[in-house]
Amino acid sequence: MFYREAGDFKVSYRDDSQTFPIKFDRYRYYAVLVVAFGIIPFIINDYWANALLLPFLIYAIAAIGLNILVGYCGQVSLGTGGFMAVGAYACYKLMTAFPEVSMFIHVILAGGITALVGVLFGLPSLRIKGFYLAVATLAAQFFLVWLFNRVPWFYNYSASGQINAPERDVFGIIITGPNAPAWATYLFCLIFLTASAIIARNLTRGTTGRTWMAIRDMDIAAEIIGVNPLKAKMSAFAVSSFFIGISGALFFALYLGAVEVGEAFGIQKSFLVLFMVIIGGLGSIFGSFAGAAFLVLLPVVLKVFGADWMGWPTDIVAHLQLVIVGALIIMFLILEPHGLAQLWRVAKEKLRLWPFPY
Amino acid sequence: MKMKLATVALSALMAAGPAMADLVFPSLSYRTGPYAAGGIPFADGYADYFTLLNERDGGIGGVPAKVIECETGYNTEKGVECYESTKGEGALVYQPLSTGITYQLIPKVTADGIPMHTMGYGRTSAKNGKVFSHVFNYPANYWDGASGAINYLLEENGGDLSGKKIALVYHNSAYGKEPIRTLEELSKKHGYELITLPVDHPGQEQKSQWLQIRRDKPDYVLMWGWGVMNQVAIQEAANIRFPMENFIGIWWSGSENDVLPAGDGANGYKALTFHNVGSDYPLYDDLKKYVLDAGKAAGAGDQVGTVLYNRGLYAAMLAAEAAKKAQEISGKADITAADMRDGMEALEMTEEKMAELGLPNFGPIFTVTCENHGGDALVGVTQWDAASKTWTLISDFKPTDGEVIGALIEEDSGAYAAENNIEPRCN
Repeated sequence: MFYREAGDFKVSYRDDSQTFPIKFDRYRYYAVLVVAFGIIPFIINDYWANALLLPFLIYAIAAIGLNILVGYCGQVSLGTGGFMAVGAYACYKLMTAFPEVSMFIHVILAGGITALVGVLFGLPSLRIKGFYLAVATLAAQFFLVWLFNRVPWFYNYSASGQINAPERDVFGIIITGPNAPAWATYLFCLIFLTASAIIARNLTRGTTGRTWMAIRDMDIAAEIIGVNPLKAKMSAFAVSSFFIGISGALFFALYLGAVEVGEAFGIQKSFLVLFMVIIGGLGSIFGSFAGAAFLVLLPVVLKVFGADWMGWPTDIVAHLQLVIVGALIIMFLILEPHGLAQLWRVAKEKLRLWPFPY
Repeated sequence: MKMKLATVALSALMAAGPAMADLVFPSLSYRTGPYAAGGIPFADGYADYFTLLNERDGGIGGVPAKVIECETGYNTEKGVECYESTKGEGALVYQPLSTGITYQLIPKVTADGIPMHTMGYGRTSAKNGKVFSHVFNYPANYWDGASGAINYLLEENGGDLSGKKIALVYHNSAYGKEPIRTLEELSKKHGYELITLPVDHPGQEQKSQWLQIRRDKPDYVLMWGWGVMNQVAIQEAANIRFPMENFIGIWWSGSENDVLPAGDGANGYKALTFHNVGSDYPLYDDLKKYVLDAGKAAGAGDQVGTVLYNRGLYAAMLAAEAAKKAQEISGKADITAADMRDGMEALEMTEEKMAELGLPNFGPIFTVTCENHGGDALVGVTQWDAASKTWTLISDFKPTDGEVIGALIEEDSGAYAAENNIEPRCN
C-alpha cells in the first residue's frame, strides 16, 4: 500500500544503487528536507531551538561519527566526550585567535584537528582489540579532559577555567553568542548535520566503508583478501573523530555558549553517545538520528508531561525520567537488539506488504 | 478525543491566563543528583518564603508571587532547557544556584533583559555593574570568601601568616577555581604558601588529596566544595585526624547535611557565611503559622531552619525586597523584568528593614548601586558543634580585602568587556 514497488523500474546501475531506491522513501526524504530547511526556520523559537532541536542535531552528528567507528569499523570507543572536547577547545582557540574568519571554517578546522587527535589515539587499535581498545580510548577520555583542565593556554588563562563563545558570524549573520537568532543557529547545525549524513552515507557504501566493514566482520580474513588494516582503522578513526569534533565545536559554540570541560565533556557524554548508537542501531545512519532523538527528546517530553502538565513535584519527575528512560532502553535492547533502525526496517517490510501479507 | 484535547487546551489557556498577572520567580532547583543535599534545602527555603508572602500579605504589593520550579540536576544542559522554558512565563529574576549555569546564562539574560541574582556564587567580577548590567551577586562573592577566610586566619595568628601552609581543596570546576587567583594574590601579600588540591566531579573520591594533606601537613585547609564532596571531605579530614578547627569551608560547604555524616568527628569544623544561622527569628513564627502548620511547605518540610534553608529564604527575601523596590520605582504593581532589574540596582538593606521583615540582624546591611552589584562584602565565620548539632556564628561580619579584590575584579571584568565589546555604563 505505502511502499508500492510495482512500476518503479530501474534502468541504470545508478538508479539501482541510490540511497533511497523506493520512490516513496525518496519523496519522504525530500519532504523531510523541505520541512527542515524550508518550514522549521520560519516557525522556530528560542525554546524549540535551544531545548530540543539544537541538542538533537548536534548529538546526531556525534552519533554518526561514533557509528562509523563502532558500528561500521567495529572499534569500540569510549573517548567520544574527550574528542568532543578537542573539537570545542579547538573551535574556541580558533574563534578567539581569528575573529574575522567565518564560523564555517572554524568548525570544519576544529573537526580536522579532532581527526588528527583521533588518529593519534586510534594507533593502539592496531595492536589491541575489543574491550582492551575500549579501555585505551577511555584513557584518551580522561587524559583529554585532564589536559584541558590543566593547561591554561587552552582556556586563554581565564580565572574560572571556563571557555565562553564570543559573538561570531557567518556572512554577516550572528551565529554564536546570546544575540544569535534561533533560526540561524538551527540552520547552521542542520547544514552540518545534512552534510555529515550525506558524506557518511556515501563513505560507508563505497570502498572505504566496505573495508571498514570487512575489518569489523573479521579482521584476519579482511587482511588476507587485501584490506590494509592500518589504512582502514586509521581512516575510520579520522572520519569518526572529524564528525565528533564538529559536534563538539557546535555543542560548545552554538548550543551551550560556555563550557566547563569536566562537566560538559565528561565520561557521561561518551556513554550517552555510545547509548545513542547502540539504541539507534549499530551500522546505520538512520539509527544515529533515531538514537539521538530518543535520548535527547524523551527526557524533555517526560519533563514537560510530568512537571509542566501534570504538576508533579520536579524531583519525582526527574527520578521517573531515569526509571522510564532506563526501562525503555532495556526493553528496546531485549525486544530489538539491533536498535531502532531495525524496528524501522521491519516496519517498512510490513508496510510494503500491507494490507495483504502472505 | 478531540473534545478532550480541546478541554486540555482550554484549561491550559485558563491556567496561563491569570498567570500573566503573577510575579514569576523561576527556581532552577536540583532535588536530584550528587548536589541534591545542597539543592533541596535552598529550593525549599526559596519557595516557602514566597508561599508565606502569598498567604500572609497576599503577595508582593498585592500581586501574588509564583515560583516555577525546574529541575536542573546541577547540569548545564538541563539548565538551558529550564531557562528557555521559563523565560517566556514572565520570569523576573533567575537564581540558578550553580556557577556553571551562571556562566552560561550571563550573556543570555543580558540579551533577554532579565536580571540574574547569583548570591554568593557565579562570576565574581559581575560585582562590577559597569560591565555586567543584568547580573548581581550581592551581598558577597567568592573572592570576598577567600579574603574573609584569610582575614580570619590572620586574626587568629596575630596578623601574621608568613611561613604558614594553607591548602585549598576545591571542586575542579569554574566554581572551585574561582578563589585560586585571589588566594595567590593574598599569599604574595601575606607570605603564606598555597597548595591547591582539585577534586573532580562529583567528589566521592578524595583519598589521594587527603593523603597529600597528611603528607604535606598544611596548617590550615580551605575548602570550596559542594554537594556530596563536602561530606566526603569532612569525613576524610576526620579520618586523618586533621584538627577540625583549622579546616574552613566556603559558605557552600557549611550546612548541616555536610557535617552530620561525620558525627562527632566533625566537631569544630568552621565555615564562612554571609548571613546568620539558626531559626530564632520572628519571621519563623509567621512561617510556622502560615506555611508549615498549614501544610504548604515545599518539599518534605524537614529542612526548616537549616543553614541552606535560611539561605534560600534569604535569597527569596532579597528578591521580594527588590520587587517591592521595583514597584515603588515604576509606580505599578505588575512589574516587568526590566523594572525588576532597576529595583535590584536600587536595593538597600538596612537594619530597620530586616527587623521589620522579621529577620533582625540576619544579614549584613548593604546598598546596591549602578557600579557596585556586589554589596559591601562582609563575611562572617560559623562553627559546628557536633554535640548540640548547631552552627554558631563565632566571628561577626567583617570587611574583606577590598584593595586586592577590587583590582582583580577590574581586571577580570575588563577582560570580559573587551571580549564582548561592552561599553561601560553608569557614567
